[in-house]
Amino acid sequence: MPLINRGNRPTKAGFGEGLLEAGKRNPLVMAIGADITSSVGVNLFAEAYPERFISIGIAEQNCMGVATGLALEGKIPVFSTYGVFAAHRAADQIRISVCYNNVHVIIGGAHAGVSVGPDGATHQALEDLAVMRVLPNMTVLSPCDATQTKLATIAAIEQCHGPVYIRFGREPMPDFTDGSKPYTIGKAEILRQGHDLTIAATGHLVWEALKAAETLQSRGISAHVLNIHTIKPLDTETILQAARETGAIITAEEHQVTGGLGGAIAELVAGYYPVPMEFVGMNNRFGESGNAETLMEMFGMKSSMIVTKSLQLVERKFKNR
Amino acid sequence: MAQRKACDTEALPRIATEIRKSVIRSLAEAGSGHLGGSLGLADVFTTLYFSVLKHDPSFPQWPDRDRLILSIGHVAPVLYATLAHAGYFPVGELMTLRKQGSRLQGHPGRDHGLPGLELSAGSLGQGLSVAVGMAIAGKSDQKSHKIYAILGDGELQEGSVWESAMAAAHHHLDNLIVIVDRNGVQIDGKTEDVMGLEPLADKWKSFGWHVISCNGHDFGSILRALYSAAGAPGLPSVIIANTIMGKGIKSIEGNYQWHGKVPTKEQAVDFIQELSENTNQREFDAIN
Ligand SMILES: [Mg+2]
Repeated sequence: MPLINRGNRPTKAGFGEGLLEAGKRNPLVMAIGADITSSVGVNLFAEAYPERFISIGIAEQNCMGVATGLALEGKIPVFSTYGVFAAHRAADQIRISVCYNNVHVIIGGAHAGVSVGPDGATHQALEDLAVMRVLPNMTVLSPCDATQTKLATIAAIEQCHGPVYIRFGREPMPDFTDGSKPYTIGKAEILRQGHDLTIAATGHLVWEALKAAETLQSRGISAHVLNIHTIKPLDTETILQAARETGAIITAEEHQVTGGLGGAIAELVAGYYPVPMEFVGMNNRFGESGNAETLMEMFGMKSSMIVTKSLQLVERKFKNR
Repeated sequence: MAQRKACDTEALPRIATEIRKSVIRSLAEAGSGHLGGSLGLADVFTTLYFSVLKHDPSFPQWPDRDRLILSIGHVAPVLYATLAHAGYFPVGELMTLRKQGSRLQGHPGRDHGLPGLELSAGSLGQGLSVAVGMAIAGKSDQKSHKIYAILGDGELQEGSVWESAMAAAHHHLDNLIVIVDRNGVQIDGKTEDVMGLEPLADKWKSFGWHVISCNGHDFGSILRALYSAAGAPGLPSVIIANTIMGKGIKSIEGNYQWHGKVPTKEQAVDFIQELSENTNQREFDAIN
């Protein structure tokens, strides 16, 4: 696929648009607010459908329970907050009220990754995928740009029956998918065919993966690029096929490398088709204040790091043979 | 849809005794579980399911039913016994409590398909939030059914309870009625020693609730409280039900060590006999 950025947009904008559109189509959709509604993309819906917007205040634990109650009554509640608060403050409510009851609650996790920027470590969600991924019944979505986040949000509301977590970011980032392909939950997208190694990326790092693949191409290395927009259920078929065909996988995510996408793929290939792997992401530390671009650079979450680690990986792969 | 016919008030003590016997039998058979709180709530559960709740055991999902949310999942035995005696499932199934493959999980789990069960719960401090969501849905759909939530007194130490208490008043949920099982004890001892709750009624009042107290072992008192709870337009209601942990079995009444304990099979026989004798005595007294 050609690398065309149609302009930078925050993925949270896609979430807000998706919620609005699904809400327009289905009067059962309701939104819950925990004070930060415009910051997490819920303001469009709240303004259009004030009677379906419920303000609960700064009380994320209660929000999860309220969402559960609404869902048990047949509503489709969408609750968006910062990923750090969803995954950690309200973790027990998500585990028992939401997941054990297996209700169709859509949880929006905003402020994903270090690209949150100046707010610093407290507000940069870097462990949310790990927390959400281990919960039974939970579906975990991590779309790559604003256009895809809109489609993911609509899919979460209209196609799922149980709990769903959707992760998105704050800073304007390249909006490069054209929205022409349907968003199929659980199906990874092959963005580029290659045979030397696979770059499996999620969220903001998908764009970086595509850029890295171009650089690698200029050095004679052909990279297969997967957009893993669904962390759970993982598309085992596409990933294992990539493992067999390319013999090496590098993962890229704006998340701790343990427990998130890297962990998920390592678990999968270890069990079915072990190949050498590299991991791009956060390495067991907190983020800090700064601007999005320089923080991503500093923590090794840009295409340059994907290229460096890919070259090492390809070398390892051939050494192993 | 026909709802279950309310019982005469005079029938309630005998039903409560049968529910207590079932609680004791099922826990003795299970070999683990929570006897004290389950016995202490038997009169409240009997009043609700046999006199107050709009419900239909032959149609558990009846959309217009009143909902009962049990937040303190550990007293599941009294919920299960009440549901069985009300006709949701055979009383004999109570003997599967806590066993592998049972619909009667140690703490309620909806995934096992028990009819009449509204919520999987067991981690304290969550039930009221869910009840608030159900009450908001009821209001938004202009329904007249009510949401009842049973909370423990020790549970009120969980901060999330007060998040939901604030939200219920803010959203004027007068279709929501909380019953606090005020037995004054929790696992480590008296609530006032572990983490004081008093002045409890004032706390709820200051959160914007209509507050009522009752004797949780006097059916007239429980009924009056429940009727009063229906009469506070715009306000959620809380009934502080003063109960005795282990009520009905003299040797364990008020003893917090029976929070998470079960009788041996021999003790169960004695306890059941004690309940039978007391009921017979009560009826003898009533006739003479
Ligand atoms: Mg207690």
